[in-house]
Amino acid sequence: MNWRFSRLSAGGEMPRNAADVRLFTCSFSPEAELARFTQAHPRAGGVVSFLGQVRSSSGVEAAGDAVEALELRHYEPLTLPAMHELAERILGRWDLEGLLVIHRSGTMMPGDPIVLVAAAARHRRSAFAAADFAMDHLKSESWFWKREKVGGQWRWVEPRAEDYQDIARWS
Amino acid sequence: MALKLVFLGPLEDLAGAPEREVASAPSVSQVLARLEPDLAAALSSARVKCALNGAIVHDRDAEVLKSGDELAFLPPVSGG
Repeated sequence: MNWRFSRLSAGGEMPRNAADVRLFTCSFSPEAELARFTQAHPRAGGVVSFLGQVRSSSGVEAAGDAVEALELRHYEPLTLPAMHELAERILGRWDLEGLLVIHRSGTMMPGDPIVLVAAAARHRRSAFAAADFAMDHLKSESWFWKREKVGGQWRWVEPRAEDYQDIARWS
Repeated sequence: MALKLVFLGPLEDLAGAPEREVASAPSVSQVLARLEPDLAAALSSARVKCALNGAIVHDRDAEVLKSGDELAFLPPVSGG
């Protein structure tokens, strides 16, 4: 087993430069996960985190666009392995104490957490950059397909041009 | 002798189901040739990637398919 992906019990200290990458099909507590991650990396001088949640309006239409539910689909043979590969790239690019990547799949309600990324580093710049890079790549490259329920109708969400522009910043 | 086809995202609506069993064929191109024309056209798009047992297929004419294989069609992702 790759030690980088081995999980330690709650409150345990993670090995330096370790990634904790998980795909959940049920709800999770970002607060509890972040508290555990921060506690596991006492040598870090800073932790930068990003939480993505289900927004309450799709923004596609001017009115009547309240999102009733959001569903993310993944493909088991590809989605989690690609998330692990992304985490490895990030650990190879920035000097981090630790990296946390948690992503939901399945049906969610407005306000539910979708994604939590956290980077712990000795100094803040690496942590900011690593978390930013992780989110840009999760949004545009990870194997998730999204559909929204608006007005009782499910509709698939098309990729946004901005997501491709965001990722181009890193090349 | 069968292959399992998996249709991700909006391709599921076009195929009418998330999965389908079809008779085995040697290459991805030959599998597509036996599907309904509109579905085959959508799956042939350069924006749709294809994975064989979890590994991206780069040459759709390569005669690499075996019975029991899983062939997944992956449209552009819509992000997390």
